[in-house]
Amino acid sequence: MSFFIEVLIGGLLSGVMYALVAIGFVLIYKASGVFNFAQGAMVFFAALTCVGIIDKFGVSLWVAVPATMAVMIVLGIAIERIVLRPLVNQPEITLFMATIGLAFFIEGLAQLVWGSQVRKLDLPIEDIPNTWLMDNYNILVSNFDMTAAAICAVLVTVLALLFSKTKVGRALRAVADDHQAALAVGIPLQRIWAILWGVAGLVALVAGMLWGARNGVQFALTFIALKALPVLILGGFTSVPGAIVGGLIIGASEKLAEVYIGPMVGGGIEGWFPYVLALLFLLVRPEGLFGEKIIRRI
Amino acid sequence: MFYREAGQFKTSYQSDGQVFPIRQDRIAMLALLAVALLAVPMLASPYMLSAILIPFLIFSLAALGLNILTGYCGQLSLGTAAFMAVGAFASWNFIARLPGMPMLLAFVLGGLCAAMVGIAFGLPSLRIRGFYLAASTLATQFFVVWCLTKIPYLTNYSSSGVITAQKIVIFNYAFDTPASKYMLVLAIVALMALLAKNMVRSNVGRSWMAVRDMDVAAEVIGFRPMRTKLLAFAVSSFYCGVAGALYAYAYLGTVEPEAYNLDLSFRILFMIIIGGVGSILGSFLGAAFIVLLPVFLNILAHGMALPTSVASNLELMVFGALIIFFLIVEPHGLARLWQVGKEKLRLWPFPH
Repeated sequence: MSFFIEVLIGGLLSGVMYALVAIGFVLIYKASGVFNFAQGAMVFFAALTCVGIIDKFGVSLWVAVPATMAVMIVLGIAIERIVLRPLVNQPEITLFMATIGLAFFIEGLAQLVWGSQVRKLDLPIEDIPNTWLMDNYNILVSNFDMTAAAICAVLVTVLALLFSKTKVGRALRAVADDHQAALAVGIPLQRIWAILWGVAGLVALVAGMLWGARNGVQFALTFIALKALPVLILGGFTSVPGAIVGGLIIGASEKLAEVYIGPMVGGGIEGWFPYVLALLFLLVRPEGLFGEKIIRRI
Repeated sequence: MFYREAGQFKTSYQSDGQVFPIRQDRIAMLALLAVALLAVPMLASPYMLSAILIPFLIFSLAALGLNILTGYCGQLSLGTAAFMAVGAFASWNFIARLPGMPMLLAFVLGGLCAAMVGIAFGLPSLRIRGFYLAASTLATQFFVVWCLTKIPYLTNYSSSGVITAQKIVIFNYAFDTPASKYMLVLAIVALMALLAKNMVRSNVGRSWMAVRDMDVAAEVIGFRPMRTKLLAFAVSSFYCGVAGALYAYAYLGTVEPEAYNLDLSFRILFMIIIGGVGSILGSFLGAAFIVLLPVFLNILAHGMALPTSVASNLELMVFGALIIFFLIVEPHGLARLWQVGKEKLRLWPFPH
């Protein structure tokens, strides 16, 4: 039983990490209808920039993080200015393709500037089992994972407050509801989008640092976008809580399936299992668990 | 001026419904086919044939398949490479396990297997739409490649998972030189492109477009959405399956799951976006663009004597930037540019 709980908790915590990436997608999809495939590349770019600044200039983490934040905000504004502004009013698939092009560009840029070798990112959190849980309940849970979960909780709370309490948040929600109506009441659409991409860049930085500290900062980080997609379709493209719940479900079931079903079919099923699971959910709820219901009229 | 259609009157329904209604188009198309079939194999170098022209034709066929599904029926798919893999592995198994199996029949059967897989993974499209569907087609991609790696029967218990494709022999003639392979691929692609062109002009194609433009409305006026969508998935997967078999047999020479990764799916999606969504010609133009671009970038990088690591990253950046550039400048793809050019030539030198 304690093994089951251990796997379950491990899965839930890794689900939190997926959710961190998925939130970046949701933020952008919600307010601009853009399915941002470049989120994975942004995660990679953020992590690599942070490590690169530390290595190149020999500064501490506490200097590098704000510097990277600035870079990500500039990147977000640049994306809005150069890529999205000329593509306003294009069909969704065109915008989606543009973000795939953007993903290529960012991946190339990151490696061109900082080099393509695997780097290590040292966060002041140790990846060791929590002794208190170990002693009292005999369950192996890493301190690092628990810190990641805490950071994720803080991030979601901050985002929720930003969306519901501030003026910018109200503008974001207005834009999400109806672009034209938002423009008509005088909300500066372009500035809102720039802010949004900046915030998505910051979320990417958090995800990139946690994933980078865990797996090393390397090109494989771009593939976690693919891990976030089933989370996204399960939770619904337009819901931040959906991303969290979806992440938890995907993370837990993926690990449980890998441990209990995997050996029966030859292992390696974590590549497709989340997708099939999400697909089954979608058959019941075509807009994901918390997505906005799509009403279609003739 | 260059493109005069004055004096070409249609006097029968047959002449009105031709694929190329203008005489100049017909002559140009025949000339192009003649040059491609006769002159190119004689003049082009083996490198040109096997590294550029053959992959171009094969990718055109795969892009055509995806264009049927995405461009004409409006179902975005990210699992093209998986259907190609099914076609390649099914063909290989048919040839290896059934002695005396004709090669062309094996390709067709491979395509049919891909079509069946396509129908199975197309079923969710009846309920799921848009990006939810696109993300769930990734399930096809990962699941099929996983199956091909994990089920040893499919790769005939080969230890590395990479198997050598059999030699292409049709009617006792071995297609082993680049030129002969090129001609075989060209013949298959030309035939299937003609079929596709006629399919999208017929009631089948019109029902796909009706579903694409608004599926609820199409259902109301009497198109059966299930049949229409699944037919699109089946036909599209058939094309992709044949393309996948050709990819393994005429280009790679090996059959391996790794060749059909997600990257290939995306490349084919790029082809139809850059070439033109919902256009047969666009599939060819897009394939040519995506095949030639890395070659040009490579030559350019060599010319500037950049170190390889810098060059490969610059290549990524230029590739991404060009895609964005194309989408901004001409969201309807190269096919639209071609159409605009044709209109201009029709009127030249007069402004109206």
